[in-house]
Parts: sequence; C-alpha cells; structure tokens
Amino acid sequence: MPATRDTKIITRYFGDDTQKQIAVAEKRGAYAAVAKTLGRPPAEIQEQLKVSNLRGRGGAGFYTGAKWGFVPKDAKTTYLVINADESEPGTCKDRELIYWDPHLLIEGIIDTAYAMSCHHAYIYIRGEMMREYLVLKQAVADAYARGYLGKNVAGTGYQLEVTVHRGAGAYICGEETGLLSSLEGKRGWPRLKPPFPAIVGLFGQPTIINNPETIMNVPAIVDKGGAWFAALGMGKSGGTRLLCVSGHVNKPGVYELPMGISFRELIFDVCGGVPGGKRVKGVIPGGVSMPPLDESELDVPCEFDALQTDKRIKECEVSPGVKFDMGGGRTLRTMAGSGGVVVMDQDTDMPRALARISRFFAHESCGQCTPCREGSGWLARVATRIAEEGGRPGDVDLLTSIAHGIAGNSICALGDAAAWAALGFVTKFRSEFEAKVEAAQRRGATTPAEPPAASAAGAASAGGGGH
Amino acid sequence: MPVHLSEAARKKLDAVISRYPTPMAATLPALHIAQADLGPLTPEVQQAVADYLKVPVAHIYGVVTFYTMFHQRKVGKNVLMVCTNISCMLRGAYEIMAYLEKQLGVKRGETTADGMFTLVEEECLAACANAPMAICGPEYFLDLTPEKVDQMLADLRARPRSEHVDFERGGIASAAGVSDTVREGDH
Repeated sequence: MPATRDTKIITRYFGDDTQKQIAVAEKRGAYAAVAKTLGRPPAEIQEQLKVSNLRGRGGAGFYTGAKWGFVPKDAKTTYLVINADESEPGTCKDRELIYWDPHLLIEGIIDTAYAMSCHHAYIYIRGEMMREYLVLKQAVADAYARGYLGKNVAGTGYQLEVTVHRGAGAYICGEETGLLSSLEGKRGWPRLKPPFPAIVGLFGQPTIINNPETIMNVPAIVDKGGAWFAALGMGKSGGTRLLCVSGHVNKPGVYELPMGISFRELIFDVCGGVPGGKRVKGVIPGGVSMPPLDESELDVPCEFDALQTDKRIKECEVSPGVKFDMGGGRTLRTMAGSGGVVVMDQDTDMPRALARISRFFAHESCGQCTPCREGSGWLARVATRIAEEGGRPGDVDLLTSIAHGIAGNSICALGDAAAWAALGFVTKFRSEFEAKVEAAQRRGATTPAEPPAASAAGAASAGGGGH
Repeated sequence: MPVHLSEAARKKLDAVISRYPTPMAATLPALHIAQADLGPLTPEVQQAVADYLKVPVAHIYGVVTFYTMFHQRKVGKNVLMVCTNISCMLRGAYEIMAYLEKQLGVKRGETTADGMFTLVEEECLAACANAPMAICGPEYFLDLTPEKVDQMLADLRARPRSEHVDFERGGIASAAGVSDTVREGDH
C-alpha cells in the first residue's frame, strides 16, 4: 500500500526528547528484534533489502541491496561506514535523525553489519555537529552497556564494534571515498573509482558506506519485509522520503513524506506556501549540487527516476539550443539528490544565488585535481562578477563553458556538482544573468578582463565524459 | 621548546587509537584531543602529535591545513560559526553577519580584542529549516534576528561554549540541556 502523509517510519519520535535514553527507546521496542534478526541467515536479510527497492538517501539514490551485494563473498574483513558528514547545502535531515533517534540508527547498523558479516562499523559524523556527536557517543556507550554492541550482541555470539569518528570541517568528506581517506587519518581526498569501496574500501578492505537515513529504514524492512517497503514507495523507489524544506516557505522543516510527492503539494500544502503569497521562481530539488526547477516544473514528483527522466523538466544546456551531454548522449534534467529542497520566491536574485553556491564549491574543492580546483574558482569569480553587475559581454557563455569543462573531468562528483548548478541556473534563468551583464554594460562597470580565466576556460571545454 | 600531551590526553588518545587498525587513522581524533589539551596546533604541538602517532610531521601538517576546525592560531573562547549558504542567505544571513560584525567590532575570520569571540563565516551547518542560524560549540542558535543575536552574544559572554566537546567529562549533560533549540512540532 502506498505511503500516506501520515506514514512515519523513521521520524516517529521527532520532538520526543526522551527517546535518546536507551531505557525509553527499549520500552517502545528498540532492539527488541535484534536477537531474532541475528538468528536469520544474512543472505535472507540481503534479499529483503533487494526486494525493498531502498535507495541511498545520501544523494546518488543507488539501490542499497545491490550495493551490499557487491561485497565479495569470500571477504575476510569488511567494514560498514555510516556517512553522517551531512553538509550538502539545503540538507538538514541526518542531523535531526541522529539527535532525536540515535538508537534507531544503531539498530540499523546492527542489522546491516550482520547482513554483510561485518564486525566493525564506523560512524563518521561531521565535526561541526558537536551536539549530535555527544548524543551519538552516549547512545553507543549505552548500547554497549546493554549488550547490543560488543563481543556478544544480544547474546547471539555475534561480535560488532561501533566507533564514532568526528570529522573536522570539510564538505568533501561527505564524498564516500574522500570520507574513507579522512577516516584513515588523511586529508579528505577522494579516490578514483574503480575500484569501488565495496571491493577496496576502508584500510583496503571491502566497505559499504551508507547514509544514516538509509540505514534507519533497515530495521523496518527486516521486520516487515522488503515487499511491504517497496509497496510504500513509487515506481522503483521504496519507502518514504525525508525532505528538508528551506528558503521561502511559511513552514520550513524536515518532513517524512510519500515518495513522489509533487513539489507543488510540498510547497503549497505541506509547507504552507510562500510568505506574502508570492510566486515561486525556482526550487533546488535535492541540495545545491542539483540543477534547479523553475515555476513551470513544480508538478513533477520528487522521486529518483522522475527527476532524471520526466519530460516536463527542461534539459540543461551549454548554450541556448545546445544540450549538455553527460557522456554517451545522456542529457541532464536534474536529480533527487539529498532531499534538501530550497525554495526561492519571485523576488530572488538568481545570479546572486548561483554566485553564493559557486563560491561554496570553490571553497570546498579539495584541490586534488585540476578541472575542479581551478574551474570551481573560475566559476565563482565569473558568477560573482555577473551577480555584482560587473560582468563583461560573453560572461554568461563563459560560465557555461567553464562548467562544461569541469563536468565529467574530475576525480569525484564535486566538480560535476559545481558545473551542474551553474548549467542549471543559467539554463532556467538565463535572461536574468544576461540582464545583469547588460546593466553592467550600461553603467560601464565591467571588471577588467582576466586572461587566465578566459583563455583556460576555452582550452578546458573539451569535456563531457560520463562516470 | 618541545611540548607534550598531558597524561589525561594521552590516556584518551590511547583508547582512541585502539579503535583503529593503524595509528595514522587516529590523526583527526588526536588533533581534536591535542587542540583541546594544548590549544592552537602550533608546529610544536603538531610535532608532539606526530611523535605520539609515529607518523611524519608533514602528514600532520597536511591534515591540519586541510580541515577548517583545526586552528594554527589562538581563537576566541567562543568560536561562533555563522552559516551564509543559500538557505540562510535567502532568509537574511548576510544581514545577520553584518550585524554581528558591527556588534563585535571585527570582520568575519577575526577574533575580538578581549579574546571572547572568533567570528567565522561557515558553509551549510545542516539546520536549513531554521535559517538563518549559527553554532557555537554544541549549541545551535536558530531563526536569528538582530534581537536574538544580542541575546546570543550576551549569553555567550556570560557562559562561553567550548568547541572542545568532551564526552568523557560529561559533555552530554550540557549538550542535552540545549535540546529546545531544535524547533518542535514541525514534523
């Protein structure tokens, strides 16, 4: 049966400050199924996950069951890593999940680790989340004390260690291989894939990396079955979805909603509309890495496949009429990403919004590979000068040309994200960018030419390879 | 002058190292511990950490300079991190930042003369539904207005919030006490 707006799988205890106490959590049934689950064959749990159509909630939307299946069957040491380095702008769900219901996360870790025969799980939590770190440390300590973690989990003889590891301030550590580098004590530099972490991951061993929201769905799937979870969702995406709505809405918040709710219903019904009764100009559907939607695209469902394929969403362009090629002829509409929905009303200055987003990516580029390190900085500089009405003729095309040069040419997806945001904003709101440049021309206020940016962008525009 | 980690810090670090297959993996926790124990991560402190973990000091330096929460210079008692990213910007974060700069008499990135505040412009701090917002230590300051900023500054002057959260010393008690800063009833 499809989920309704009342279906709550992972946010049932939001607002209940007592659920972080293990005795209270136990009373509601947390950990009650652990002993039974650990009596089932791991393969059976993996099968339920495959059936469930649970897809990764961190951003990529990859099938969780399939990911688990990539771990070699004969692996001696495997690791489970929880990516709680939430830092995609517009996304604020994992922080709340950990704060309100840390024991559901730990239970999900136990089930997952058991299913993949892993004996050590690391939770990588963002350094800035000091409060959630303390909540999680306490919850893990309590779970050890009650025998749900350690040498003999729930009396079953299964051993599981859980270590909470704090980051120290770097967006790139949310990228799964950057996170592994960081967890190994190094700079958070992403690694080339393949090999994928499921084959060569943490400390060189097969590793599964999952988002907290993903993992917190696991106990319900194990309990009620994969078919139940799949039926809650839409198409090939099972379950509910946490959407973090921010920006210009009357009731911003983190909401657990049916998979595939339309953006119109989300904004005008769930979130009470736009302040002042204004119209929506644009919506970032899943964190700033994802190209925005415009007002004409609000009826599309917020679901992984729909956002990539729905014909109502305009494809991103490199220049008017020239579609951006992600490689192999695949075009880019947008993606569901991390669930961070940012709503921008009719008065929003879109060039200024893109300039801020581009400065973010330039700041967070890890500096390892050239297209992203240099390109993200160029994007930020050009976007900023356009926004501040200091742009030169041709700057809008320069912006998309730089983006085209980065996309597909960097080690990890940060470069793509910086490029996609620029391509998306310019495709959807091009006239605003051009108006800013024209305004600069009228005032004679263009900034002096920057030869390195201009010439190098031309040289780098050969890009477009896929992943 | 070589410096050394205190007995308590070494004990804490030993427990952390035991959780990883290699001592190098404890680099981030070690630097968090060292920063809480010895203050800014000067070359001497970096050497002490390198010696303890038996890794090259160049490795430690590379890590220190990569992450924004590791400081090589002294910071204020309150490291006040203010988000200006898109969700907060749409709701007036730059106006809040300008107001903070005026009230504190420093620019972002600087520390007040009395050593009470370091003002940091941060990227998204994952509280987008309560924009604009700031974090200081384990405490969130949400839905900021100029009036709330004044209250926040007075509060932080009276009771600075350390960025060195210490689980072993019962940090959880103070952290749990601020739970009302997350808005309820939205869900």
